Amino acid sequence: MIVPIVILLVILGSVAFHFWSPWWWSEVASNWGNIDSTILLTFWVTGVVFVAVGLFVAFCVWKYRYNKDRTADYEPENARLEWILTILTALGVIALLTPGLIVWNKFVTVPDDVYEIEVLGYQWGWGFRLPGQDGILGTTDINNINDENMFGLNTDDPHSFDDILIDGDELHILLNQPLKVNLRSLDVLHDFYVPQFRAKMDMIPGMITSYWFTPIKTGSFEILCAEYCGTAHYAMLGTVLVDEKDDYDEWLNEQMTFKETLALNKNNDLIKVASKND
Amino acid sequence: MSNRNKEESILQLLTQKPWDPAQAELDNLHSGQTIDLSTGKLGQRYIIIVSTIFFCLFIVTYSDRMIYADWQNMPEPLLLWFNTFVLLASSIIFISVQVASNKKQFEKVKRGLLMIGGLAFIFILGQLLVWQKLIGLGYYVAGNPANAYFYLFTALHGLHLIGGLIYWGMTIRKVWSFNEIIVKNAQHTVELCGIYWHFLLFVWLVLFGLMSFS
Amino acid sequence: MAANGYEDVVKGDDAVPALEVQPQELYHAKSFWTRYIFCQDAKVIAVQYSLTAIAIGLVGLVSSWLIRMQIAYPGVIPMDASAYYQLVTMHGMIMVIYLLTALFLGGFGNYLIPLMVGARDMVFPYVNMLSYWVFLLAVLILVASYFVPGGPTGAGWTLYPPQAITSGTPGSGLGIILMIVSLAVFVVGFTMGGLNYVITTLQARTRGMTLMRLPLTVWGIFVATVLALFAFPALLVAGIMMLLDNILGTSFFMPAILEAGLGEQMAYDGGSPILFQHLFWFFGHPEVYIVALPAFGIVSDLISVHARKNIFGYRMMVWAIVIIGFLSFIVWAHHMYVAGMNPWFGFFFATTTLIIAIPTALKVYNWVLTLWRGNIQLTVPMLFAIGFLITFTNGGLTGLFLGNVIVDVPLSDTYFVVAHFHMVMGIAPVLVVYGAIYHWFPLITGRFLNNRLGKIHFWITFLGSYSIYFPMHYLGFMGVTRRYFEVFEGEAFPVSIVGINQFITIAALVTGFAQLVFFYNLIVSVKHGDKAEKNPWKACSLEWQTTEMPPGHGNFEKELPIVHRWAYDFSVPGANEDYIPQNISPSEVSNAQAEKT
Repeated sequence: MIVPIVILLVILGSVAFHFWSPWWWSEVASNWGNIDSTILLTFWVTGVVFVAVGLFVAFCVWKYRYNKDRTADYEPENARLEWILTILTALGVIALLTPGLIVWNKFVTVPDDVYEIEVLGYQWGWGFRLPGQDGILGTTDINNINDENMFGLNTDDPHSFDDILIDGDELHILLNQPLKVNLRSLDVLHDFYVPQFRAKMDMIPGMITSYWFTPIKTGSFEILCAEYCGTAHYAMLGTVLVDEKDDYDEWLNEQMTFKETLALNKNNDLIKVASKND
Repeated sequence: MSNRNKEESILQLLTQKPWDPAQAELDNLHSGQTIDLSTGKLGQRYIIIVSTIFFCLFIVTYSDRMIYADWQNMPEPLLLWFNTFVLLASSIIFISVQVASNKKQFEKVKRGLLMIGGLAFIFILGQLLVWQKLIGLGYYVAGNPANAYFYLFTALHGLHLIGGLIYWGMTIRKVWSFNEIIVKNAQHTVELCGIYWHFLLFVWLVLFGLMSFS
Repeated sequence: MAANGYEDVVKGDDAVPALEVQPQELYHAKSFWTRYIFCQDAKVIAVQYSLTAIAIGLVGLVSSWLIRMQIAYPGVIPMDASAYYQLVTMHGMIMVIYLLTALFLGGFGNYLIPLMVGARDMVFPYVNMLSYWVFLLAVLILVASYFVPGGPTGAGWTLYPPQAITSGTPGSGLGIILMIVSLAVFVVGFTMGGLNYVITTLQARTRGMTLMRLPLTVWGIFVATVLALFAFPALLVAGIMMLLDNILGTSFFMPAILEAGLGEQMAYDGGSPILFQHLFWFFGHPEVYIVALPAFGIVSDLISVHARKNIFGYRMMVWAIVIIGFLSFIVWAHHMYVAGMNPWFGFFFATTTLIIAIPTALKVYNWVLTLWRGNIQLTVPMLFAIGFLITFTNGGLTGLFLGNVIVDVPLSDTYFVVAHFHMVMGIAPVLVVYGAIYHWFPLITGRFLNNRLGKIHFWITFLGSYSIYFPMHYLGFMGVTRRYFEVFEGEAFPVSIVGINQFITIAALVTGFAQLVFFYNLIVSVKHGDKAEKNPWKACSLEWQTTEMPPGHGNFEKELPIVHRWAYDFSVPGANEDYIPQNISPSEVSNAQAEKT
């Protein structure tokens, strides 16, 4: 008798935990609210199946408990029932997959009006690069990296010198501006992840990965590295601040371009190259 | 042979209803063996399948890697063609050994096996010479992915051949048995060893072809 | 003999031809050494495999306690981040490969396959013995890595390059080398064992034992071994190439990168870290089913025997095992949705992954439909089977979240993933392992495990593990990232996650210590358990029909059993008893009505 009751309690307890526990996701701060919707859809479909299976097990264990005067049914199979269950399951799977793939299609289709920036991961910290006035990110090569050129910008690329370099863990982005983050790593795998934006993608050394989103809420959000990257993985944190236009511009004006950092380091050779490109 | 001798497809097998009395009557007559092959041969096929998958996966990674710009093909010493010829010759001799073994001409089998072993050693020695030569020319394993794959492929094939030589030794022991040769056992072992030998030749031809013509 | 295995015999009432007992050369143990140590008897090898796997599994279990302590009560057990990551890595690797794979295939496979198919032993007993010793060597190399400078690898059980072999990761010296060597040795040993499991199942069955009369346990182990045959070479290939990258400085997987902490540029160029991930998961996903399929098979038999009812939809169960086995090779990249591969792969792999849910769901339906109108004995094995049903249903359903590519984007690399795979391939198979041990212990030792201790063990294990992993999903919904040595209270998560972590840790410790009850029970019952009569659970399959129990050398006495029916003739209408063993011929069944159902 105790077994079916405990199973019942496990099922009901799970449902109760879901409704009454305080643990749930923080409010979405990007355009990916429809990811939350697909999760909720999946949650309800699977939740109903879980409760149904659990209750059925509890019922069977109670109703068909051992009785030596009774024999079990002899039923090798029931083709009709098995077909019905197969079709129902297939329909359930289609119901989950279709909206999932529609949203995924949106996720991988980058709109035309995105503002492209670069996020750089390394052991263990973040760097950010904005395209500057020409709106185009300069090309990079890991061989160029040195103390004065942490991003490894190509100095023969004219788009490089106006790029705005942010060495530090704080990035500001503009509210409601669709943003494509190009992800690059200098050493091992990392992953640029802000829980409130819902999106994430690994950063792979040797290639550029990306995803896009539109921030829809101002505020300060924590950046986490979501792909294990060595001893200090857990400490590879940063902050992204979503600003209104005024605050954003103010912050942007304080940042230095690649050319300005070179000047600061008094690298005259390269400044000449840079000036020629102006 | 049976009048129920039709090949049973896997689909037919999987749709049997084992609880059905009619099916049960059929099933009672089943010998319990699925494939009409000796366990030795099946075991060998199993190993060949595993090893084929193993090499195939390497080849997949090879073709993935070679499209990158930093790939530089290695020079191909003439010695490699000589080695290939040696391996080919040993395989051809093995065919005649298999024929002789089926005819119970074990003197011929013994001579053939010794030649095959000798050729195999020459092949391994030849491969080592190729390595030495290439290293002498400055083609180190870490120099370029093409080099790395070359050394990797030749080493793995060589290891497989050394495994084959161990089995070759067991075959020799069975054929050279001081007591009477147990003909059936010896024939079986010779056949298995032969199949493996041809497999190794095939693997080498694929790997060599891949590295030469890609 | 005909190609399909049926012999040409005139049909008749009892048309079973006299058994041609093939003179199989059986290995005979001559001394203590060959009987218990270098033994070629599959039953002894099974016990050796199981004990070794459980011993190393204990290391994995203790690792998990330390990990949980660090997450919920940092500082109570002093450790630094390196030690933490080493514990996490070794916990994962040990549990997946050295415990579960070895236990299901090396342990249960070796014990049950020959007995269940009606063979005297495996077809290659010597190779089978070697398989165990090579496995033991792999375990010893793994253990050795704890004692080298720098300690064992802390690269995470997936061993992703570049970090697995660069200096920012603990154990990137000898630790990772020994890890890869140990895995390679494991693969070699496992291939030797797998050779036996596959060929014994295919070729050495007794007369009348068609493939479709096999108990589902054998089906599960058989298909799992075939999967391993295709999957393990991928691990070996990936391991060899990474080893060369590490030792010889080749660039198979290593692109041009900097040394940890913005250091010097390393001497690598042009390799692809994603290629490793493809190889790894081409092994790693089937590996999930290498663990799950034997569990599916075993639990089917447990439910059927203890519910006194044939397994519902036997054919569907076999098909599902085969289809799942096949599909498991075309879903691997669902582990890599956010790994930077071509996003268009997402459409394909999400579809295949969700399709695999259909046969899996059908298996769950058939298990619960077997309970329907059964005559359920709530023995300890049955309790574990029911625990498995709840746990597996939960874990399987959360798989629908992670398989659906867009839902995976926020959830991957969070505790949702950790909770999912522990439910589905940690706890669920472990519950089956326990159920199976309680079920077959009388066969192996002739004695029962203590029932009361068994029930205590079950309730704490089932409820405890459910309380560990069910709330953990919610950490995942909140986006709490996995593999964090410490979660700082920042803007990302509310302080309340500390409470949930403490609850999980306490549940984990209680559940973990409850396993000691089981070990105590195991040790004491070998000598002092209640004596079991023959076929104590009244099961139909052949392993219980041996003349001696425990089965002696050569499994069956002079003659091998002849099989007359499938393994699930429970509660046949009209029969006197509620079970008819497989080797009982129709004429021996007292009531002839029994055959006509």
